[in-house]
Amino acid sequence: MLEIRNLKCYYGRIRALSGVSLSVDQGEVVSLIGANGSGKSTLLTAISGLLPGWRGELLFEGESLAGLPPQEVVARGISMVPEGRLIFGALSVMDNLRLGAYLRIRKRDHFGVRQDLDKVLSIFPVLKERAGQDAGTLSGGEQQMLAIGRALMAKPRLLLLDEPSMGLAPKVVKQIFSTLSMLRDEGLTILVVEQNAQAALAVADRGYVLETGRMVLTGRAADLLEDEEVKRAYLGKDYAQFTEGRA
Amino acid sequence: MQEFLQYLFSGITNGAIYAVIALGFSTLYSATDLINFAQGEFVMLGALLLMTLWTQVSMPLWAAFPLAVLLVAAVGMVFDRVAIKTVKKPSPILLVLITVGASILFRGGAMLLWGKHSYSVPAFSSISAVEIGGAYLFPQSLWILGVVLVLVAGLNLFYHRTLTGKAMQAVAINKQAAELLGVASRKMTLLAWGLAAGLGAVAGVIISPITMSAYDMGTMLGLKGFCAAMLGGLGNFWGAVVGGVLLGLTEAMGVGYVSSSLKDAIAFLLLLLILYAKPTGILGKASSHRF
Repeated sequence: MLEIRNLKCYYGRIRALSGVSLSVDQGEVVSLIGANGSGKSTLLTAISGLLPGWRGELLFEGESLAGLPPQEVVARGISMVPEGRLIFGALSVMDNLRLGAYLRIRKRDHFGVRQDLDKVLSIFPVLKERAGQDAGTLSGGEQQMLAIGRALMAKPRLLLLDEPSMGLAPKVVKQIFSTLSMLRDEGLTILVVEQNAQAALAVADRGYVLETGRMVLTGRAADLLEDEEVKRAYLGKDYAQFTEGRA
Repeated sequence: MQEFLQYLFSGITNGAIYAVIALGFSTLYSATDLINFAQGEFVMLGALLLMTLWTQVSMPLWAAFPLAVLLVAAVGMVFDRVAIKTVKKPSPILLVLITVGASILFRGGAMLLWGKHSYSVPAFSSISAVEIGGAYLFPQSLWILGVVLVLVAGLNLFYHRTLTGKAMQAVAINKQAAELLGVASRKMTLLAWGLAAGLGAVAGVIISPITMSAYDMGTMLGLKGFCAAMLGGLGNFWGAVVGGVLLGLTEAMGVGYVSSSLKDAIAFLLLLLILYAKPTGILGKASSHRF
């Protein structure tokens, strides 16, 4: 569904990604893990059209995304939940959700928008309770749910998430990721970028590990969870656990 | 009492005009973070265009009014496309300087077109002034208040009831997030310029019967509108309205009870005071609420 080949991204003259390849198949959850500054977010901003000037190949459903502005990428069926959620705090929860369907309302798909609104509110009942409130008054977890709900309102076929666990309590992180696997079961394809490798790999089918702009590891999520290198670098296992018995 | 009423009427009338100019500043600022120092020139263009269309081309007022406003709105949008959008590395100070340059350009252009004369236009209706408690209320004041009320109500509906208005607020809050939802922020910026210029033109049109219109009238009106916007809280919708009326009233009372030579000084005194005491303005909050 999504095919990335030899992608290079630049911020001015600084190269943030040096030739990265990645693919996401229909109906899969793929996790991209890596430390701060490894280029994970850069990859997502390139796909979403917010970072023009990349080189390489970026294909969605066989068609290139080169030169497309963000609104065209959304129209193709890719929605992104940005890092830090970026909800519109001064607008109501309901307005945030309706803005998610901006392009569809413009196309007068009122019936479809109504249906998806009901669906999003049933996935996140707390948003229904808070529908009239300013989005800025929500808790961090609720804001993340709103950001995901807002992205779903565009009826994407591929959902991109940038660090959905950031700043959230473990219990809330669990809830968010179980929502993601539920969405996958309903047929949505998901690419999630995370520092929280444990949570991200637990729900994923496959995973990629990115380090300073290069893909260093790829495989089935279950295998990556067992990989010694991944454990040491990203799963926060005690160093002693590894050295024991190795001498 | 009679004097007080007279000052009150003139204060509210002027205040309503400042409020419209301030709304122009705020609309653009909240959408683009840009303070447009050519806002006063849009007022001037509105006044002079109305004069030409109404008294020289002899169009009926009901056609000349909207046409003048639409023309100035178009000037604002063309200005955005030609002078603002084309800047390769836009920094706030650079863009502000461009608007200062534009104000000089618009003034010069108007001087070439209309000369250095002052023009006057008749009041919108020929009813004579109404006497209330010994003070006179001119029908043009009622026109001004009526137009401003309709504008404020219309803008409020636009921001709170329409998808485009909400999308514009969304772009103001976070441009990237709005773009990720499919909102074309460039179009919203263009729309904000059209709105701001149109608002300026409306102020010029309704003020033209009670003042002399000339190519250089915009500078002072623009600064007054800016003061009003700052007073209420820049980028705050109701702040612009409150700031405008407060400035108009203070001015009228100061002129009436202290000295008429104080008229223009009062605006800037108020501006200094508010910058000193509460730089975010009366209604401006540190919180995320903008409208």
